[in-house]
Amino acid sequence: MDPGADGAVTDGRLNIGAIRSSFAPWEDPAAEPLVRFEKVTKRFGSVTAVNAVDLAIYEREFFALLGPSGCGKTTLMRLLAGFETPDEGRVWLGDNDLSDDPPHRRPVHLMFQSYALFPHLTVEQNVAFGLKQQKLPKGEIADRVAEMVALVRLEGMERRRPDQLSGGQRQRVALARALAPRPQVLLLDEPLAALDRKLREETQFELMAIQQRLGMTFMIVTHDQDEAMVLADRIAVMQAGEIVQVGRPTEIYEAPVSRYVADFIGDVNLFEAAAVSAEEGETRFAGPDSPGGYLASTDEGVVLDGGLYLAVRPEKMVMHLDPPPEGPNRLAGKVLDIGYLGDWTTYVVGLESGRTVRAARANSARLVERPVGWDDPVWLTFAPDAAVVLTR
Amino acid sequence: MRRGPSLFNLASLGLGLTFLYAPIVLLVVYSFNDSRLVTVWGGFSLRWYGELMHNEQLLASVWMTVRIAALSATVATLLGTLAAVALTRGGRFPGRTIFSGAVYAPLVTPEVILGLSLLLLFVAVGAPRGFWTVSAAHTTLTLCYVTVVVQARLASFDRSLEEAAQDLGCPPWRAFLLVTLPNIAPAVAAAWMLAFTLSLDDLVIASFTSGPGATTLPMRIYSAVRLGVTPEINAISTLLIGLVATGVIAAYLIQTRGVRRASR
Repeated sequence: MDPGADGAVTDGRLNIGAIRSSFAPWEDPAAEPLVRFEKVTKRFGSVTAVNAVDLAIYEREFFALLGPSGCGKTTLMRLLAGFETPDEGRVWLGDNDLSDDPPHRRPVHLMFQSYALFPHLTVEQNVAFGLKQQKLPKGEIADRVAEMVALVRLEGMERRRPDQLSGGQRQRVALARALAPRPQVLLLDEPLAALDRKLREETQFELMAIQQRLGMTFMIVTHDQDEAMVLADRIAVMQAGEIVQVGRPTEIYEAPVSRYVADFIGDVNLFEAAAVSAEEGETRFAGPDSPGGYLASTDEGVVLDGGLYLAVRPEKMVMHLDPPPEGPNRLAGKVLDIGYLGDWTTYVVGLESGRTVRAARANSARLVERPVGWDDPVWLTFAPDAAVVLTR
Repeated sequence: MRRGPSLFNLASLGLGLTFLYAPIVLLVVYSFNDSRLVTVWGGFSLRWYGELMHNEQLLASVWMTVRIAALSATVATLLGTLAAVALTRGGRFPGRTIFSGAVYAPLVTPEVILGLSLLLLFVAVGAPRGFWTVSAAHTTLTLCYVTVVVQARLASFDRSLEEAAQDLGCPPWRAFLLVTLPNIAPAVAAAWMLAFTLSLDDLVIASFTSGPGATTLPMRIYSAVRLGVTPEINAISTLLIGLVATGVIAAYLIQTRGVRRASR
């Protein structure tokens, strides 16, 4: 599908996010997924780590499994790698049912969180390990190793052992080793967790470039939302063994399906609300925090009854130092706390109703005419389309 | 800032070392004694080492002991390593607790009882006692030590290395051979050394399970001492101490080198 070129609404849906991308096989009903989890359940004793998960991953996709620790994301990945077998359901790779295959018979390779480099082998021998198991001819192994070493920019390190490498270099050896046998899917288990921040950001873009160049399918497991947002074409957010939402990073961030997702990805302000009246594309709400009520853009077909929540991201809150005109989406309070991050400043504002709200402002100018201080009275407003209506 | 050890530390160290090693040092010193009388110093000489070389009986028992130690250490290392693998990698298989208890039992069983029960077994099955029965008995004795050493190494060995090998196309047995074994090799070698040394100086179990024509060195020394200590015994004992010390130090060095490498 070609995302709408003009107008904010296509096919009756709000156009979400600031990035346009034409890669979206999951929206094509004719596309066959490469990996398919079919009602997969895995239990450890009385704990259900993965609960009836259905998931489809397409060729050339960079897919992220995101969730807090213990949500089952690692188990789901190990089910695909073959280190766990499902108690119920099937795991498919193309037309092959992998569910009962041991790890060494699956054309799926895993880059371990600890890298798991073989300490008794050199860089070269580590990268060649998987190729030797495939019994490729010697010359081809040498060629492929050289190609992989060049791909991860480790020329000159071939004869070193893992204990003679830095953390970043080890990470690249692990990547080269897992890539060398050309797996159909590369699984990455928290691949950047052990790197420092600067190196992590560099490596993120490198990973994306490698994935693009090789045209491979990557599946990454991470608890770091920034990592998932930057890297992935699509993200699956997991909670307690279940997938709660699958979508592009912009969809997950701008149109979360539940309070859990909204809260897990980024910061969010949640307001209790009840629908009062619906008009063309917009709905009025009443709630305890805003005396003038709320006005929010709503998609067609949203059921608006019972207790609702309006979710507004801090950066979509507009902060005023002089009172804006009365109306909906207007909150009055005073500044309780200021978190200065350099590029952004986060203000914690205490409302008259007693609850606190976060507002973020980009520090786009070095000199500020009216700096905001603690206990200053401020007013917060937000646009109708900045609020997401959540029923869960 | 560096501080030397206090006087108290030095004194207790000296006292401890004296208590442990003075008898051994005395024995080593007297093995170079020229006099026929063990307790009278008659000047330095290598005479008794020379006489040793002509004592056929003693040399035969040295050879017997070394053969038994090598065989039992090798078998014990094989079986003990397998037991260690089962205990660390087997998960919670049924009977694991009993198996683990059974493996470690000889560690705490009094040697006399172990020796006696082995003797009863060999008599019951009608095994002719000699080289093979002592070797089997020593395998029983040393197997648990091997398991302790190898299991400790396996427990600290990153399991994801084996998983990585399997992920890259190795069936579990080949992952063990190609990845696990090269990395735990120092511990396995150290375990072999330990088993060899234990077998070398065992007297009790050998006495129970040995037969005519299979007299080990410790048995020979023990029976000779009953007839009175000769300087020749001092000499052979010194050689034995040297061999055991070499084995223990080698085992220690091999293992610490392995640990250093693994932790680097």
